[in-house]
Amino acid sequence: MNNPLSEKVEATPAKRLQVRFRFDLQSYALIIALILLLLIFGICTDGEFLSSRNVSNLFTQMSVVAVLAIGMTLVIVGGHIDLSVGSIVGLTGGVAAILQVWFGWSTVAVVLVAIAAGALLGAWQGWWVAYRAVPAFIVTLGGMLVFRGILIGISKGQTIAPLEDSFKLIANSYLPYALGYGLAGLAVVLLFMGTARKRSRRQKVGLLPVPGWIDYGKATLYSLLICLIAYMLNRYYGIPLPLLIVVCLAAIVLFISVKTSFGRYVYAIGGNVEAALLSGINIKRNVLYVFVLMGALAGVAGVLLTSRLNAASVSAGSNYELDAIAACVIGGTSLMGGKGNIVGAIIGALIMASIDNGMSMMNIETFWQYIVKGLILVVAVWIDISSKRQA
Amino acid sequence: MEPYALEMIGITKEFPGVRALNQVSFAVRRGEIHALCGENGAGKSTLMKILSGVYPHPTYEGEILLNGEPVRFKNIIESQRAGIAIIYQELALVPEMTVAENLFLSHDYMRKPVIDWDLLYAEAMRWMNRIGLHVDPQTKVKQLSVGQQQLIEIAKALTRNLQILILDEPTAALTEHEVAILMRILKELKATGVTCIYISHKLGEVMELADTVTVLRDGQSIGSTPIAELTQERIITQMVGRQLSELFPYEPRDIGDNILEVENYSFTADSGKKLIEQVSFQVRKGEILGIAGLMGSGRTELFTSLFGALPGKKQGIVRIEGKVSQIRNPSDAIRAGLAYVSEDRKRYGLVLGMDIIQNTTLAALKKLMKGPILDQATEVARTMEIMERMRLKSASLQTKVGQLSGGNQQKVVLGKWIINQPKILILDEPTRGIDVGAKYEIYKTMNELAKEGVAIIMISSELPEVLGMSDRILVMAEGTIKGEFRRQDATQENIMACATGGKNREQSAV
Repeated sequence: MNNPLSEKVEATPAKRLQVRFRFDLQSYALIIALILLLLIFGICTDGEFLSSRNVSNLFTQMSVVAVLAIGMTLVIVGGHIDLSVGSIVGLTGGVAAILQVWFGWSTVAVVLVAIAAGALLGAWQGWWVAYRAVPAFIVTLGGMLVFRGILIGISKGQTIAPLEDSFKLIANSYLPYALGYGLAGLAVVLLFMGTARKRSRRQKVGLLPVPGWIDYGKATLYSLLICLIAYMLNRYYGIPLPLLIVVCLAAIVLFISVKTSFGRYVYAIGGNVEAALLSGINIKRNVLYVFVLMGALAGVAGVLLTSRLNAASVSAGSNYELDAIAACVIGGTSLMGGKGNIVGAIIGALIMASIDNGMSMMNIETFWQYIVKGLILVVAVWIDISSKRQA
Repeated sequence: MEPYALEMIGITKEFPGVRALNQVSFAVRRGEIHALCGENGAGKSTLMKILSGVYPHPTYEGEILLNGEPVRFKNIIESQRAGIAIIYQELALVPEMTVAENLFLSHDYMRKPVIDWDLLYAEAMRWMNRIGLHVDPQTKVKQLSVGQQQLIEIAKALTRNLQILILDEPTAALTEHEVAILMRILKELKATGVTCIYISHKLGEVMELADTVTVLRDGQSIGSTPIAELTQERIITQMVGRQLSELFPYEPRDIGDNILEVENYSFTADSGKKLIEQVSFQVRKGEILGIAGLMGSGRTELFTSLFGALPGKKQGIVRIEGKVSQIRNPSDAIRAGLAYVSEDRKRYGLVLGMDIIQNTTLAALKKLMKGPILDQATEVARTMEIMERMRLKSASLQTKVGQLSGGNQQKVVLGKWIINQPKILILDEPTRGIDVGAKYEIYKTMNELAKEGVAIIMISSELPEVLGMSDRILVMAEGTIKGEFRRQDATQENIMACATGGKNREQSAV
């Protein structure tokens, strides 16, 4: 077949621009969907949905699923799936609560133990998937039951509460206003510096020149968004700490996925495992690492959840794996592997949280939330697939 | 004169930003074999997709006449009903189903509420006899060779009131022997009045089979010529629009010391099957060593196992630059200076969803790190350097390799290994399914690398290529080396005789 994009086309700058634009529009579709959703809920609740207080709640609510979605993106990109993260959240959160409430461990210690426990559970599953070649679906389906069972066993079926104030603060505190604005300002500065650096580097190696107004326009747009969010949050109690944690984790994992060989390998393994193997990539070790990372992030999520609820219960984190997978998929991650991005997953998590939050504000019965979320998941994937078919 | 079986008049097809076909017209007489030639991207496949309804009316301009009647297909089913069958490079059989089930998959036999299996198998036998394929119709398709599967596809087409049979690169994955069978069957079908459109890069086959040749170049028809007025060189000239000085740019060069020595090497797969038996050979610096042999002779298995990519048990000694070397996985092999370009680039060579840069550097990332962080500036610069050398045609290095043509994809795979500066480069079918222009550039790159002292091992089913490019040729059959020929001693005949296990096992000393 003739190749519309690459072959024998005189590559005029205008054409290049066109190609880039079309590509970008696809990733903006998600943002447009999010904005539409926010507007609809805003109108249906007479603006209450977009109030500072609710936006702050929304970010806090989405934080647990967002942390899971960050790790899940890498798992799915690598061509696997993790159905056990909900149970890991419950178990690590439970372990943290037990150690603190029953044994009086300090907050720092229990947080570290919870994250380490998550990583260990991830390593256990990763070992089965990578070195024993059991499909991840089965391994993590098993893990989902095993870990939940362990949680019920060690907690003796009780809800464990209350935790120390310092532990509660993790998910229930806010940054001082000045610090909030400071961080927002820092983010804006970094954004522009990063854009300038990227441009000069691209120029040096002679890559496609993207017109400055696009690059800087984008940076300006993002900056405005950051400032707007910071302003809204500061009109309430300030930037919630969980949001800061999500942003930092996302930035770290994004960096890993783009700037390290490990990240590149994960995409290659998910994209074509045989080609990756012949390229000398150690498939098993990299898959193991992905599961360890997922487990550690699930540990963080477990701490966040226990802290927010100020309690650990046997059902904590149930069904979170589905929310996390849905967030990834809505954010453009392909279940076939090899394709996906973390920013999309976070937007996906925000969309899922908005639906929960917005619909309950509109006093719509809970059962509708399930129906709507399920339908949105299917439609999102359908849109993704059909847009690819056209291209 | 009889009306044409098929006429396509003034076909124009546009994709966003590209005119794939521009006013292409061609006509096929009933009962002839009509070859369609052209470089990759010339528009052959697009034209056939219009004919078979993959691109439905009215997404194209122009008219199609079938037996003089205008037709407008809205989908593949309509074109199938009209008797048009297209057999693609990638076969469309269900591997887990039996031959008979595949033959009648969309047939009425299978649509009855209760399937009469006896009738089905009997019918299947009848069709298989017609194409001269003698296998049990209850065999699962996955157990057949690629050549046999192709014949099943043809039989499947025959079961449906076939008017025009379109074959898209049918011999790309076939051995010489299978090609001969296919040729014979196509000639027999022609005698029974089947009209055939034959798309191929292999001009030898075209010269042997075709009655008329239509050449496409850059989406335009260069013209249809009766075979009597053509030579291979003239077709090539029409295809590329320029004269290629020669098909195989072989240059004599200095050959250095042994770099790879393999002694009494045997390999048993995990399944317990002994794939390679007692193989010994050497490759020298700057040498191009051709590996000939039929499919299933163990050529690919020998080198994938040496590269550490095939799980199993190895025996024997492998020396690289005089040092005994243990290669357990591809990572070891790469470290030892080996590179392996697979015969199936889409499956083993490329990550189609990644761009040219990411694919090119995939096997070399460790050399592109600044501490734990990827040095992306160097990555891009190295890729540009290599791709300029390979004369890659692409608007941007950020194009996903899935969107490139076969020839350009092959250049990316080759570039991916060159970036690693290998000492021993193993090329498995390096020019399969790519156009003449890209082939020539790959040959030139091979020459350049050999001149720089890289030892090149080229496995190929195309004998002219092996003869044209190699300094020395090893012939394999039944998992072992059956013969060795110097460039000047090798001929198509003595290599084939050796590969098919004939008596002519002359061992030329080198």
